[in-house]
Amino acid sequence: MNGTIRTPSILPGFGLTLGFSTFFLSAIVLIPLAALVTKTATMGWDDLVRTLLDPRAVASYRLSFGAALLAAILNSVFGFVIAWTLTRYEFPGRKLIDALIDMPFALPTAVSGIALTAVFAENGWIGQYLAPYGIKVAYTWIGIVVALTLIGLPFVVRSVQPALMEVQRDLEDAAETLGAARFTIFRRIILPTVAPAIATGFTMAFARAVGEYGSVIFIAGNLPMKTEITPLLIVIKLEQFDYAGAAALGFMMLVLSFVMLLSINLLQTWGRRRQVVAGR
Amino acid sequence: MAGPGTSQELLAEIATRPGRDTVVSFVVKAAFITTSLLFLAALLFAPLITVFATALEKGFELYFNSFKDSDTLAAIRLTLTVAAIVVPLNVVFGIAASWAIAKFEFKGKSFLITLIDLPIAVSPVISGLIYVLLFGVQGWFGLWLQEHDISIIFAVPGIVLATMFVTFPYVARELIPLMQQLGNDEEEAAITLGAGGLMTFFHVTLPKIRWGLLYGVILSNARAMGEFGAVSVVSGHVRGVTTTMPLHIEILYQEYNFVGAFAVASLLTLLAVVTLVIKTLVEWRTGYKRK
Repeated sequence: MNGTIRTPSILPGFGLTLGFSTFFLSAIVLIPLAALVTKTATMGWDDLVRTLLDPRAVASYRLSFGAALLAAILNSVFGFVIAWTLTRYEFPGRKLIDALIDMPFALPTAVSGIALTAVFAENGWIGQYLAPYGIKVAYTWIGIVVALTLIGLPFVVRSVQPALMEVQRDLEDAAETLGAARFTIFRRIILPTVAPAIATGFTMAFARAVGEYGSVIFIAGNLPMKTEITPLLIVIKLEQFDYAGAAALGFMMLVLSFVMLLSINLLQTWGRRRQVVAGR
Repeated sequence: MAGPGTSQELLAEIATRPGRDTVVSFVVKAAFITTSLLFLAALLFAPLITVFATALEKGFELYFNSFKDSDTLAAIRLTLTVAAIVVPLNVVFGIAASWAIAKFEFKGKSFLITLIDLPIAVSPVISGLIYVLLFGVQGWFGLWLQEHDISIIFAVPGIVLATMFVTFPYVARELIPLMQQLGNDEEEAAITLGAGGLMTFFHVTLPKIRWGLLYGVILSNARAMGEFGAVSVVSGHVRGVTTTMPLHIEILYQEYNFVGAFAVASLLTLLAVVTLVIKTLVEWRTGYKRK
C-alpha cells in the first residue's frame, strides 16, 4: 500500500512516523475542531443567522477585523522601516534590537496586556503625554490597535528581512550609476522584490490579530457594542452556557482564518515565483 | 510611493549637487533609525521596563513576598507541570512528523503541513472552546464523563489539552524545514551500511538537528507556560487549583494587587528573555536563520 502513495525510499520508519503524526494530529487538532463544526450544525438555520447577525456580534466583528486590519497596516509600514534599518544600517545596539524583535512571540499575551495598559493608561509613561490632547488609548479601540500592533510586529519584520537581503545591491548600484533617483530605485527595484514578503507578513499579522484575546482584554475596556472583540463575545457566550452560540461564532472565525491561511500559502508561492524571475 | 511634488523637486535638485550622497544618506539613515527606535521604544521597550518597574515599585521585600503566597506558588507549580507534560509530547510528535515529511515523498504532504500549522491561525479562545464542546457538561462526552466522575473541563486535563493544541506546531515547524534542507544522503549511507532505523536517527540525524530541536523545545515551552486565552476558557479559574501563571496574573490584576500581578509577570518576562537568548545562541551556532 505504501508503494502507491509514496515514492520508494530505503529509509525506514515511514509507516510508523506518518501513522503516529496523523493519529496525534487527529486526536489533538482535527477531532476537536470537528466538534466545533457539528455543534454549529445542531443549530437551526434561523438560530444560526440570528446569532451571527446579532447587532452585538456584528459590532464585535467590525471591531475585531477593523482593529486587526489597522494593526496589520501599521505593522507593514513600521515593519518595513525596522527591517530596512536592521538590514541596511550599522549602529550601536543593532544586534540586540534585532534579537528583541521576536519578543512578542515569546512574551505571554497576558504580560503584554497588563504592561501596555500600564504604559498607556492616563497616568502611564506615555498615556500622560497623550491625555492633555484628549487622546485616550487604554480602554478604547485605540488601545486594542496598539496591543494588536505589538502582537503582530515580528511577522512583517521577519518576512521582509530575508527579502531585503536578497535585493541585488549591484542592481541598485547600476541604477544609481545610470542616474536614477533614490525614490526611483526604491520604487522600481526594492519594492517589487519585497512586496510579496510584506504581503505575507501583513496576512500573518492580520490572521494573528483577529483571534488575539489575552493582550486585548486588559487594555480594551470590554464594553458591549464599543470595545468588545469577537473572541471575548465567545467567552461570554460560554460563560452563559450558550455552547451553540459560542460554537457558531467560533466556526465563523475559523472559516475566515482558514481562508487567510490559504491566501498566505498562495502569497508565498507568488513570492517564490517572483524570486525565480528576479534571479534570472 | 511618490512623495509630494515639491519634495521630489527638492530631492531632484539636491541630487545634482556634489556630495549629495553623504548628505541625503545621512538624513535618510537618521530618519529610519529614529523612526524604528521610537516605534520600538513606545510599543516594546516601555512595556518591558514597566513590568519590572511596577513589580519593584514598593521595594524588593514586597516583590519577593509575592512569591510566598500559596496561590502564586500553586500557579507556578501548575504551569511547570503542564509544560512538563506538553513539551515532551510535542517533541515526540515534532520528530515523527518531520521524519515522515522531510525524508519521504508522498501524496497529500503539503496538505498535512497546512493541517499542522492550523493551530497557529486559530484564535486561542477557539482552541479552548473546542475542548469544552467535546468534554464540557453539554459536550459530546460530557454525560459519559460525569457518570464516570472524570473531570476534564475546569480541571487540569483540560488545561493540558488546550495547551497541547496551542503549542502543537512549534517543534514540527522548526524541524521540517531544517531536515528538508539537510537532505537524506547521510541517513541513506547509514542504512546501506547496515545501521538500524533508531541507530540512524540517534547517531546521524539527531546530532544534525539538535540545535533546531532545542529551539523548537524552548519556543514551545515558552508558549506552553504563557498561554492565556485557550487555558482561560477551559480552566474555570479555581484559585490555587486550576490557575496557571498567566491566569493568576489576571486574578491579581483584577484585585488591584499590581505588585503581585507584575511580580508573576516579571517571571514570565524573564522566561521570554531566556527563550530569546537561547534562540540567538542557536542562530550563531548554526548560522541558520529561520524565517
